[in-house]
Amino acid sequence: MPQSTFSILLRFLGSMNLAITLLVAIAVAAVIGTVVQQNLPYPDYVLKFGPFWFEVFKSLDLFNVYSSTWFLSIMGFLVLSTSVCVYRNLPKILRDVNDYREHSQRHALLKLPHHYSFTDVRDHQDNLARISALLKQHRYRFRLSNDQGSLLIAAKKGSGGQLGYLFSHVAIIVICIGGLMDGNLPLKLAELQGRIAVETRRIPASAIPTISTLSTDNASFRANVDIAEGGQTNLAFIDYKDGYLLQKLPFTIQVDDFRVEHYPSGQPKSFESDLTVLDASLPQPLRQTISVNHPLTFKGYTIYQNSFGDGGSKLRLKAWPLLTSAAPTDLEATVKQFTRVDNQQLEISDFRPFNVKPDPDTQKKFINFGPSFQYKLRHPDGTANEYLTYMQPIVQEGRWFYLSGMRSKVFEQFNYWFMPADSERRLNRFMAFYQALNNPDTLQAIALATAGSTESGKQSTLQERQAVARFMMALASQFVAGGYENISAGIAQNITEEKRQEASEVYATVLQRLLKNLYLHVLQEEGVDATQPLSGFDGQFLADAIAAVNSAHFYAAPVFLELEGFQHIEATGLQITRSPGQWLVFPGCLLLVLGVFCMFYLPQRRLWVMIEKYAAGSAILLAGSALRNRYDFDAEFELIKQQLAQHASSVQ
Amino acid sequence: MPLPFSETAMDNALPHTYQQPAYFQLRTVYDWLWAVAVLTGCGYVFSQYHALMDGYEAGILLVTAPLLIWLGWSWSGIKSFGLCVAAFSLLAISLYGSDLSRGENAFLLKYLFASQSAIMWMSALYVMATATYFGLLLSGREFVGKVAASLTWSATVMGMTGLMVRWRESYLVGADIGHTPVSNLYEVFILFAIITALLYLHYEQHYKTRSLGAFVLLVISAAIGFLLWYTFDRHADGIQPLVPALNSYWMKIHVPANFVGYGAFSLAAMIGLVYVLKSRAQADKPEGLLSARLPDLALLDDLMHKAIALGFAFFTLATILGALWAAEAWGGYWSWDPKETWALIVWLNYAAWLHMRLTKGWSGKPMAWWAIIGFFVTLFAFLGVNMFLSGLHSYGEL
Ligand code: HEM
Repeated sequence: MPQSTFSILLRFLGSMNLAITLLVAIAVAAVIGTVVQQNLPYPDYVLKFGPFWFEVFKSLDLFNVYSSTWFLSIMGFLVLSTSVCVYRNLPKILRDVNDYREHSQRHALLKLPHHYSFTDVRDHQDNLARISALLKQHRYRFRLSNDQGSLLIAAKKGSGGQLGYLFSHVAIIVICIGGLMDGNLPLKLAELQGRIAVETRRIPASAIPTISTLSTDNASFRANVDIAEGGQTNLAFIDYKDGYLLQKLPFTIQVDDFRVEHYPSGQPKSFESDLTVLDASLPQPLRQTISVNHPLTFKGYTIYQNSFGDGGSKLRLKAWPLLTSAAPTDLEATVKQFTRVDNQQLEISDFRPFNVKPDPDTQKKFINFGPSFQYKLRHPDGTANEYLTYMQPIVQEGRWFYLSGMRSKVFEQFNYWFMPADSERRLNRFMAFYQALNNPDTLQAIALATAGSTESGKQSTLQERQAVARFMMALASQFVAGGYENISAGIAQNITEEKRQEASEVYATVLQRLLKNLYLHVLQEEGVDATQPLSGFDGQFLADAIAAVNSAHFYAAPVFLELEGFQHIEATGLQITRSPGQWLVFPGCLLLVLGVFCMFYLPQRRLWVMIEKYAAGSAILLAGSALRNRYDFDAEFELIKQQLAQHASSVQ
Repeated sequence: MPLPFSETAMDNALPHTYQQPAYFQLRTVYDWLWAVAVLTGCGYVFSQYHALMDGYEAGILLVTAPLLIWLGWSWSGIKSFGLCVAAFSLLAISLYGSDLSRGENAFLLKYLFASQSAIMWMSALYVMATATYFGLLLSGREFVGKVAASLTWSATVMGMTGLMVRWRESYLVGADIGHTPVSNLYEVFILFAIITALLYLHYEQHYKTRSLGAFVLLVISAAIGFLLWYTFDRHADGIQPLVPALNSYWMKIHVPANFVGYGAFSLAAMIGLVYVLKSRAQADKPEGLLSARLPDLALLDDLMHKAIALGFAFFTLATILGALWAAEAWGGYWSWDPKETWALIVWLNYAAWLHMRLTKGWSGKPMAWWAIIGFFVTLFAFLGVNMFLSGLHSYGEL
């Protein structure tokens, strides 16, 4: 009989081979999705894979595997395949649950792996009674059938196996459907139909076009929003592809306060936000504190504590010019806003009131490095270096240093500049020293004095001394511009090989003497008596200051921004979700667990006992079958066999 | 035609020498003592700490009590195990009092029961047990087998005691630092060793398969090796406060359920290995040591299936618990985070295994190899993800 296309299709969809292929295909797709990190900004992928592979991977949707059309199709097929499988097996299972196979034939029973026959002196009725009692003891249920003098007791137990199959496979269908409802599918459809378009620009919410805005009708989404303390909003952002969509909320969330609590060691213990939900339908605003693991659910929307950040802290800064000796200027700046500093644009990205890190000396203890802020200085040509500056000096080998890190590319580590703190733990002395190096007038005076201070200098003419002073100043400016390395490079270029060694030594001595006198001058300005020998601290400070000047050139900034004070304003990062699919997924999960445990631990077993007349007694055939746990069934069958045969007078 | 059948009439009609007593009638005095002990223990915990527990935690305790009683009744080994662990832990806790530094100067704590010491004992005992099981394989003497099993039991008692005492110690470090010791890689490795050992001991008792021990204990010894490296090289044994995301009652059930899964899959892999070894030995050297001493192939096949089924059931449960937790902590029950995704991969892999076996009737060597490969997939989900992939499951980075 020719089969209809439909039944062939059903057979294919419900086939085990397809099911296993799909299971394996999903596993492979999932491996890909974890090897290629998902949902990063596109430029990161270009950097990682190069422009060619980026295009290839992008066209295969490898950056958003789990919301790609091909992956969703495999999932769809799995649902379809499982549904067909259940559909095809359902009648059989329902029949099976109530079917005791009480019409099994003798030759069929003899073909089963478990069977045993013996004879017994008792008659039909006696045997029926004791056998049925025995089966009951073993928790079998049974039916009887009588066929031409032979009595068949058909027994079974554990329909859980069958029902378990039904439960677990239906559960998988239900869970997948719920998951698809909560996934990106609706967004993808809307995008295909041109109803929405992803927004990739960083623009204020008010400027986002309606095509990138989702109304409050959107039934399922996962969106994020940062709200500063005291602020409120009724908008959130959905990350989508390489950009985002704006999601409107039917209520307003106001953040009254955000707190981070810490363990004594300094690690964070809890993140909490005090929220007020403002909604026209509420008689009064709803106030609730949320924290990690304790979200707030309101009208089917759930609000989670997700992250935190700066909400626009106000910083008081002191800008020390590094290229001139001009006086420092005070300035106010706000985190996440732009401020002009000379011809540069200051863009502060983050401020942290404390930085708790493992102590580099002991490894185990944590110490607080104090407040820090992170910023970019953008040149008029658009390029920028990034800086991370700590407010307070940090102790290193018993000495205190101001720390500021610089990097010119985002993915690099910060390179730190260590500036020694003076006896009052301030930056002033180092800055005075550094600025004096940048001040030609001061430098010239000191250089002249230095040139005249040596034995030979004292006897030289003014012109000779001026020449020496000019040389010293050139040396100093080379040093500031590029450190010792720069000076060595100059020597390598201008001096013949055999004299280099000697020249290096002379240059170093001269530079040292100049720097020391310059330092004494700075001390004098501070009011320290410079005629006395340097104290241990002051001597060490000079060494550290020279080291700092040596490495100053990499810092590449026209100003150093010292953080003098701040007003900390935090922002809480909330995640707002609406997931109607969970009302399918969670019950589905329950059903799945139930089904799986039933399948494994309530397996179906069948026994048949056929009693026939034999002389004055009976001939008995015991047979059994079990789908799973053959070993345990072996033991049970053996036991029943022995119990049955106990009083049998085996005539065999 | 089915006969009308009156059951009661039949029951009274004949004496049944094979009559089995009902479940509760089978309980011995020891069983009842065990039940009383469990109920007293749980009752005491509740009366002492209910003020600190939320509703879910009280619920977990409520379910734990009957579960423990049932476990003890179904498997007598668990009763002695539980009582030893309870006695040792209570002793250690009372020795500590409220002073953590007693761990350094009280003799019993310093050398036996302080968590670090107990865990060192566990490590040593597991390694000794492994060696002894190999001794059994070589000598075939029953006595050696008994020693090996006792060593495994002792190691497991020490490990469990170590975890229990560590639980208490964490509260002595600071009231707000205390937590169930299943929160980082160090702690779960101990859990892994204990659970794998218990699963194995259960099968050993039930199926009289001591010759498997050498191979199963090999996995545990490997875990111990890692644990020791992690302790001495990485100093990972210190008690750390919980990060806020882990501070949830879900952790208490999600993690143990997961490790029953991991433990059972590892066990299945080692049984698979034994299967492969035995079938090779039977083909090459039928009279050899391995083919004579290792369990029957059919039994191995069945055990492997049992272990994978158990693992699959618990892994399903654990993944679902994880999803429920994620729904509460991360704002979505499924985020395709690498750890989640790899849990799914492991799960799909074993689902395929089970289907092949049940509906295609595959068995024997290919399934044994598949179980061995499955172990590596599981291992990657357990460790590899933390080492090579980044994600929301940020605890226990290497
Ligand atoms: C994600 C998808 C699926 C999962 C996780 C899954 C899981 C399982 C599990 C764990 C078993 C029990 C195996 C055992 O007891 O050893 C099973 C049995 C079975 N599965 Fe699936 N399954 C899935 C999809 C399918 C599909 C698509 C089909 C249809 C072709 C199918 C057909 C069957 C059948 C016929 C059984 C045997 C039931 C019995 O006789 O008790 N499964 N499944």
